Order: sequence, then structure tokens, then C-alpha cells
Amino acid sequence: MAKSHKPVVWFPFAAGGTVIAFCIPVIVLLTFLAALGHVPAGLSYEKLHAFAASGIGKLVLFGVIALSAWSSAHRLRCTCYDFGLRADTLVATVLYVAAIVGSIAAALFLLRI
Amino acid sequence: MSRRPLIREVPPTSWYFRQPRYLRYMSREITSIFIGAYCVLLVVGLQRLAAGPAAWEGFLAALKSPASIVFQFLCLVAAVYHAATWFNATQKAMPIQIGEDFVPGNLISGAHYAAWAVLSFGVLFLAGVF
Amino acid sequence: MTPLKERLVQLEVLRYNPDTDTEAHFQRYEVMCQEEWVVLDALNKIKADIDPTLNYRWSCHMAVCGSCGMMINGEPKLSCHAFLRSYEGVIRVEPLAHFPVERDLVTAPDDFMEKLKRVKPYVIPKEKKPISEGEYKQTPAQLMKFRQYSMCINCMLCYAACPQYGLTPHFIGPAALTLAHRYNLDSRDEGRKERQEVVATHEGVWECTFVGACSEVCPAHVDPASALQQMKITSSVDWIVEHLIPGGKS
Repeated sequence: MAKSHKPVVWFPFAAGGTVIAFCIPVIVLLTFLAALGHVPAGLSYEKLHAFAASGIGKLVLFGVIALSAWSSAHRLRCTCYDFGLRADTLVATVLYVAAIVGSIAAALFLLRI
Repeated sequence: MSRRPLIREVPPTSWYFRQPRYLRYMSREITSIFIGAYCVLLVVGLQRLAAGPAAWEGFLAALKSPASIVFQFLCLVAAVYHAATWFNATQKAMPIQIGEDFVPGNLISGAHYAAWAVLSFGVLFLAGVF
Repeated sequence: MTPLKERLVQLEVLRYNPDTDTEAHFQRYEVMCQEEWVVLDALNKIKADIDPTLNYRWSCHMAVCGSCGMMINGEPKLSCHAFLRSYEGVIRVEPLAHFPVERDLVTAPDDFMEKLKRVKPYVIPKEKKPISEGEYKQTPAQLMKFRQYSMCINCMLCYAACPQYGLTPHFIGPAALTLAHRYNLDSRDEGRKERQEVVATHEGVWECTFVGACSEVCPAHVDPASALQQMKITSSVDWIVEHLIPGGKS
């Protein structure tokens, strides 16, 4: 049996899992505060736009979104299998394509800022 | 006397009810649904941000709907649970041996928790939360 | 010496006779046991006093041989290590999950044995030295690097605990892959490349989703889940070297 190409999907999954662990909780906390009516100063249009307009800001936002999306897509693929959905190729294709489309969209929106 | 072993099938859609640890595992995996959905929210947010101040204000207003508040609360719980399981696993994936002894696993996970706290407070500070 | 406390223990044991049965059924036994006994003692008492037809495997009675693994109240356990005082009410005893039942509590380990062979769980030196050149030396630090993973007693509890093995039987599984890791980490060994032909396939580490159940049930504290995680990382690094670095194709 040939060696698997799983690392192609697993490596970004592992990287994304780390990014989710470190970054997503505090980002959710920020939007959650905004949802509760306490909009943090950093989420004002001027501040956030300035951040997203900077090179480092674009890189950080794109990196967090792309890796998190990929990681959750990959984990969701495994979860579908765990729930008994055995059409793995279909599930994997749909989820990975969704993650890639989401990342491309994020990149395009960032380039417009 | 011939062998006639009995094969017991594992129920493919309900196996995780057999042991509490399987339910724990599945709850960790299900966090991916919330993180994935939250990524969609982030992409939409970027689109609104790119569309100008009025669009962004509309996005912030939409965040305040009850459904959005519930959704984000669930995402927060999922993200924190994911983080805890991820940091707890670091000591298994990346053991560090110094001389004969291994660095205690809790020290490796603990260092991740500490870095997480520093990063999170840093982001909150830069975002002007306090 | 104070007399030992006795207790009437109820066991519900899975029975299967391949010569007469088409499916398994539970049989209830009541047996007087000493408070200090383990489930295996209760089974031995049943076999001696009540029902000599009951079949199960055991040998050492001290958690070394790894032959008395069973599901006790749904949990993979060595029955010589499952103390009666930890259980209340009827104790349900079944053969190890995920393995075919040969008869009663006896399972067929053929699949595991075959997989164990495939990972070449022995030292493969680069070149064999003649005995006259002496032993292969190793420092204590080099020994400690893999020592934990060498404690496996092949009891197969981790296979009974691993849902991915149950769902996807072609998965090489926790114990065999962990032994591959044990030899990969051994300073005297040069066989990693050969083992990767099994470890890095779809049937190898990539079927593992890090449930972690294997490590929780392991009576020898081997922690197979950690070995598999480490092998996923090294296999990924291998892949990058082989496919993305010019001249890295090994």
C-alpha cells in the first residue's frame, strides 16, 4: 500500500487547530462584546479599517480565517464519518472547497480595503 | 471442530453512546461546526468592512440580534473548549526530553495556556477593551 | 488474622458456543467471593464450582501477561486488575469489543497479530555486527526516549477502546503503531523507513482521530495516543521533504 498524501490536508489542519486555539476565543469575545452592546474601540470602522488596510493586518486576518476555516473543514469531515456518513470523498470535497472559497473571498475583500 | 467466530458489528451512527469518553470526544469534534460557522461570519464581516462605514455599522447592528448573541455565545464556548483540548494535547504530540528526563507534560501544556492568556489580554488591550 | 469479608457477587457473562449458537446471550451467575478478589477470581470460582463450560483466557493473574482482557461493565479491563470492590450491583462481563468472539469470553486476536507483524516490531540495525564485536550500546537517555512505549503487554485493550478500529477494521491500530514508534525511537534501529511503508499509509496513523481512549484504558501506561500524534507529525515532515524539497525524494 502506498504512502498516504494525508499530510497535505493534515498539516494545515494542525496549524489551523493551533491558530483556532490561540486566536479564535479572543476574537469571538470581541464580537460577543459588540453583540452585547459594548462595541470595543478596536471594532469601530476607522480602527478596524486601518488595521485591515495595513500589510500586517491583512496577513493576520487572512491567516487566521484561512487556517481556521481549513482546520474546521477537515475536522468536520472526520466528524461526518464518525456520525456514520460514509460518503467521505463527497464530504471532503464539499468541505475543502468551501474552506478554499471562503479563504479566497476573504483575500479579495481584504485587497479591497 | 471448525472455527466459527461471532462478528459483532459496531453501530456506525450511534457508537459514541457506548462510553462517556466517546461523547467527550464527539463534543470536541463538534466544536468544528461552530468554528466553521464563525469563519463564515468573519468573511461576511470583512465584506461589510470593505463596503464602507455604513455597511460596517449595519453589520455591528446585526450582531446584536438575539439569535446572533446566542450563536456567538455557543461559538465562544466551542472555541474555549477547543483551545483547552488542544493545549492539553500538546504535551502528547511534542514531548521534550532533556538529558534522561522528560519535561513534565503539565509544564508544556501550562506554557501554552500562559502564552494564550498573554496573547488574549494583549489583543483585548489593543482593541481598547480595557 | 481477621477473617476475610465475603460478598455475594452477581455476574452477567456473555456466552457464545460456536457449535450450537447463532448469536450470543447473557448468562447470570451468583457466586460467593472474597471482598479483595478481582473479576478473574470470580470467573475462576464460577468455572470451578458452578459451570465448567465457561471459557475465558488468563495466565499470570498479575497484569503482566495481557491475556485476560475483557469488557467489564462496558470498559476494556484486565479482569485480573478489575477489583470487585470497585463495582456495585450486577457486573456485566463481555469479550473484548471489536474482536470476533471465538467462544464465550475468548476472542480471536488474529487481526492484531497480523498487524503487529506488519510494523516489524524488532530492532533493524543498519548492518549486523558479528557477536565478536560486542553488544549494541545505548545510553540511559537513549533508553528513556522509548522506554514508555516498550511497556506494551499486547493485551489489546486499546483496540477494544478505539472506536476508529471498531468502525474501520483495516486500521493498523494503537498498540501495533505504538510499537513501530518504539523501535523508530530506538538509537540502535535503522528500520524507520521500512516501517513507514505501513505507518504512513491510509491504514496507518491517518485513521487515528486522536480520541485518546487507547491511552485511558492502557494498563501499562504506554499512552499510544501520544505515539500516534508524534508519528503524524514526523510522517507529515517526511511528506514535505519528499514532495516539496528538491532532491528530498528518499
